Amino acid sequence: MSRFTTGQADLVFSRRMLVVGGAQFAVAGALVGRLGWLAIRENDKYNLLSESNRVQLIIVPPRRGWIVDRNNKEIATNRSDFRVDLIPEQVKDKDRTVALLAELLALSPDEIDRITRELAAARTFQPVQVAENVPYERYAAVTVRLPELPGVQPSRGFSRFYPAGPAVAHLVGYVGTPSAEDYQRTKDPLFLTPGVKIGKQGLEKTLEPYLRGTPGGQRIEVTASGRLVKELDPKPDRSGQVVQLTIDAGLQEYVARRMGDQSGALVALDVDSGDILAFVSMPAFDPNSFSSGIGRTEWKMLSEDDHIPLLNKVSQGLYPSGSTIKPAMALGFLKQGVDPHTHINCPGGLRIGNRYFRCDDVHGSMDMHSAIERSCNTYFWAMGLRTDPEATTEMVHYLGYGEQFPDLPLTTQRFGTMPSPKWLEQKYKRKWQGYDSANTSIGQGYVLVNPLQLAVMPGRLASGKLIQPRLLLNAPRKPIPPVDVDPQHLQIVREAMAAVVNGRGTAVASKLPIDGVLMAGKTGTAQVFRLIQRKVANSNWALRDHALFVAFAPADKPRYAIGCIIEHGGFGASAAAPVVKDSMTYLFDPAKAMAALEPLEQQWGGTLAERNARRSAAFKAAAEAKAAAAAAATSA
Amino acid sequence: MISSAIIPQPLARLPWRLIFLVTAIAGFGLINLYSAAGGSIYPWAIKQGAAFVLFLTLAVFLSKVREETVKQVTIPVYLAIVVMLVLTDLLGFVGKGAQRWLDLGIIRLQPSEFMKPAIALMLARFYDLLPAGDIRSFRAIWPAAALIGVPAGLIILQPDLGTGLMVCFAGVTVMFLSGVPLRWFLIPGGALAALVPIIYHFLHGYQRKRIDIFLDPESDPLGAGYHITQSKIAIGSGGLFGKGFLQGSQSHLQYLPEGHTDFAFATLAEEWGMVGGSLVILAYLLVLRWCLGVAAGASTRFARLSCAGLTAVLFSYFAINLLMVTGLAPVVGIPLPLISYGGSAVMTVMICLGLLMSFERQQRTGSRLT
Repeated sequence: MSRFTTGQADLVFSRRMLVVGGAQFAVAGALVGRLGWLAIRENDKYNLLSESNRVQLIIVPPRRGWIVDRNNKEIATNRSDFRVDLIPEQVKDKDRTVALLAELLALSPDEIDRITRELAAARTFQPVQVAENVPYERYAAVTVRLPELPGVQPSRGFSRFYPAGPAVAHLVGYVGTPSAEDYQRTKDPLFLTPGVKIGKQGLEKTLEPYLRGTPGGQRIEVTASGRLVKELDPKPDRSGQVVQLTIDAGLQEYVARRMGDQSGALVALDVDSGDILAFVSMPAFDPNSFSSGIGRTEWKMLSEDDHIPLLNKVSQGLYPSGSTIKPAMALGFLKQGVDPHTHINCPGGLRIGNRYFRCDDVHGSMDMHSAIERSCNTYFWAMGLRTDPEATTEMVHYLGYGEQFPDLPLTTQRFGTMPSPKWLEQKYKRKWQGYDSANTSIGQGYVLVNPLQLAVMPGRLASGKLIQPRLLLNAPRKPIPPVDVDPQHLQIVREAMAAVVNGRGTAVASKLPIDGVLMAGKTGTAQVFRLIQRKVANSNWALRDHALFVAFAPADKPRYAIGCIIEHGGFGASAAAPVVKDSMTYLFDPAKAMAALEPLEQQWGGTLAERNARRSAAFKAAAEAKAAAAAAATSA
Repeated sequence: MISSAIIPQPLARLPWRLIFLVTAIAGFGLINLYSAAGGSIYPWAIKQGAAFVLFLTLAVFLSKVREETVKQVTIPVYLAIVVMLVLTDLLGFVGKGAQRWLDLGIIRLQPSEFMKPAIALMLARFYDLLPAGDIRSFRAIWPAAALIGVPAGLIILQPDLGTGLMVCFAGVTVMFLSGVPLRWFLIPGGALAALVPIIYHFLHGYQRKRIDIFLDPESDPLGAGYHITQSKIAIGSGGLFGKGFLQGSQSHLQYLPEGHTDFAFATLAEEWGMVGGSLVILAYLLVLRWCLGVAAGASTRFARLSCAGLTAVLFSYFAINLLMVTGLAPVVGIPLPLISYGGSAVMTVMICLGLLMSFERQQRTGSRLT
């Protein structure tokens, strides 16, 4: 190896200087490229991040959309109320402020604990709720002492208000504060805003996307440490949409009152469109008290009631249809070529196989008309044996029994069963027997229907259209196909149903008190307890039969159909038919219907609202007495 | 070069192009500090401006020093600084969580700052003294490695990883340019790469965390990754032309931490955009080119290697800070001289530039005389 000389060193130096210079140039180039990447290529992303650093949004919750009836009458609105919030950033002495507020607003220890907790976890400008629905006097007490309470923000908020109270409870449901799970699922920051309520049940829940609206916001510029720099232009909130229902609020409320203290459900339909005019399940809770957070006593009272006020009987109650199935059965017979004038003798019962089925009466010679009119079981048993059970039950199902109505905005819908030989084979792996025909043709056995179906069936018979029940007035209307039967057959059934009320039938006591308007109908009595002998007036309410009545009117040019079930009401004609009669009357002449209600309510001891108030007061007193007794017992 | 009958010769002989560039960068830096203080010359811009004037004057005085003098004082100064570093490690009190200052009673000295130019001069002096024939032997390696390793080790012990790395970088650059065979760089380089996991193991908790965060800043966006994340947001949201003077929300609303010191460039890029940032990079590149030009044109081996080493110090400030601010390197506390608020970086840079100006002056006058 040659010796390294100074000249060689110089050469190496200049060569390596090129490398060093090139490297420095490359680093500078890379840095400019990096700036370009960050500032141009990724500019949008970083702009967004910078803005979300700079701007904080104080969410202004939107006003919830109203729910109105078909005539724009209010079903659910917003009532302004007083509320008190805390702005964590502006609170000077947290402990003192909370203590003073607790005294002024009479807050419970639980509430104080919650406020302290939320205040500690709060992020700068998002308000923490202290109390809502504050009575005016307490609200005024806070306002007066504002100068010594920095960060306390008394304001007017909105709470949901249902003018008709319990009458619409099961229809609209109620609203409530979003739960932790609701927030976890959606991560919607609106859910953390004090005073925000979301639909928890019923239409309030299913129509939530329409009713909620878009939150607005007061946008503020804040420093990293949370200091307010300036307020930016606010983003206005957009109220939720008004949702118009097919419901007739007047009828809805009337029916609820007419039910009295009975447990039951009633659905009224427009037979041409399928519009639901009344959707009543009674007894019911007051959705107003749910919206502002229900008290422990009230909840206990509701859940202990054997009339189950918390259950929506319209969509979740299932009942044997009883004899209301007969008009549909008859149409099935006609379709199979049964001559309506064929007479069958009713000696008071019929032997099928080795079992004797007893009819309600000894009816003598019966044709189709009189068998529907008088509700003769023997005729239907005999005809059931002569026809194909598959075809007959299919007709009943076609008319609505056991059918699910998927277009309805209901949270849950139990749609029951309309048995058929195929269904029985599939479900229970056994052949259809004569007694299955017998049970089915009087709406017992496996037959289970809900009150919606009780209205849809007479509605379809009345109009001859295959209507679907509807709740949203402005939802697109689908073409309604006609019922696929001979119109003459429909006429035979309608006339028989008219005779039930207006001839010598089972519901002659429930003629409409309106000149020129006849109601057609069919009674039904559903056995609750098989072992109990029929017609035995049982003193035990829970063992009595369910009373049912399905109807349409006017009998000649039908406009409305009603299905009604009174739980444990006894005989259909005595419990359900009168309710239907008055409700139907309301549709033609509200004044006359109200006149009929007044003496009844006097007899029951006041209007629905008055009776509810009295009952909850009594329950509260009883609960307090019990607590006092328990306290006395422990101290003694 | 400006020459006129009116301007006195000593003044006319100053490298005005460099002074203009440096003043332009510093001026931009002052404008940026004015903005970072929310539109006020207090407290930063005024102090920084004073420091700049003071140390520029110092640089002009340094430019009058002859190469011979520099050569003579190099070894004593280097040794003095090493002693001070030892003292700092032994006696230095805790400031900023690290022992970096030596309190001499009247002033507080940060010896590691002086080591940056000193290491360049010391290694240049070493290779100047080394016979040309020995450059390929081991004798060219181990003394140089010790000269770098002792002060760098003392500085890293303080602990100040950033400055320690800068000292190593300047020293190794001089070694590279002195003509040491390439294998001496490639083999230790490879070994170092293999040792990285082990070094990582011995790093301080906060240093290790910084590297973790650098590798995955999103892992802790509100904690230790906050600096890098916010800095990238500031630069990225600036766009091509920036948000405008005094309009940077990241810095003004204090989302960008250290917006006037280590991350001052992010403040600048937010308000002046990619254009402003690129202008600063370009200005630095021109300064570096001037410096390399001086190194290339130097007539003696000592001057040549010294100039290249001092340039490496300047370059490492520039590169480490900007790579960090743009999220390409872990957070190490190295400021961007003249842009970041802080007198010591200005001082170091001006010492380097003063020495370079001195070498440049002697090139011109020397060539004229010979």
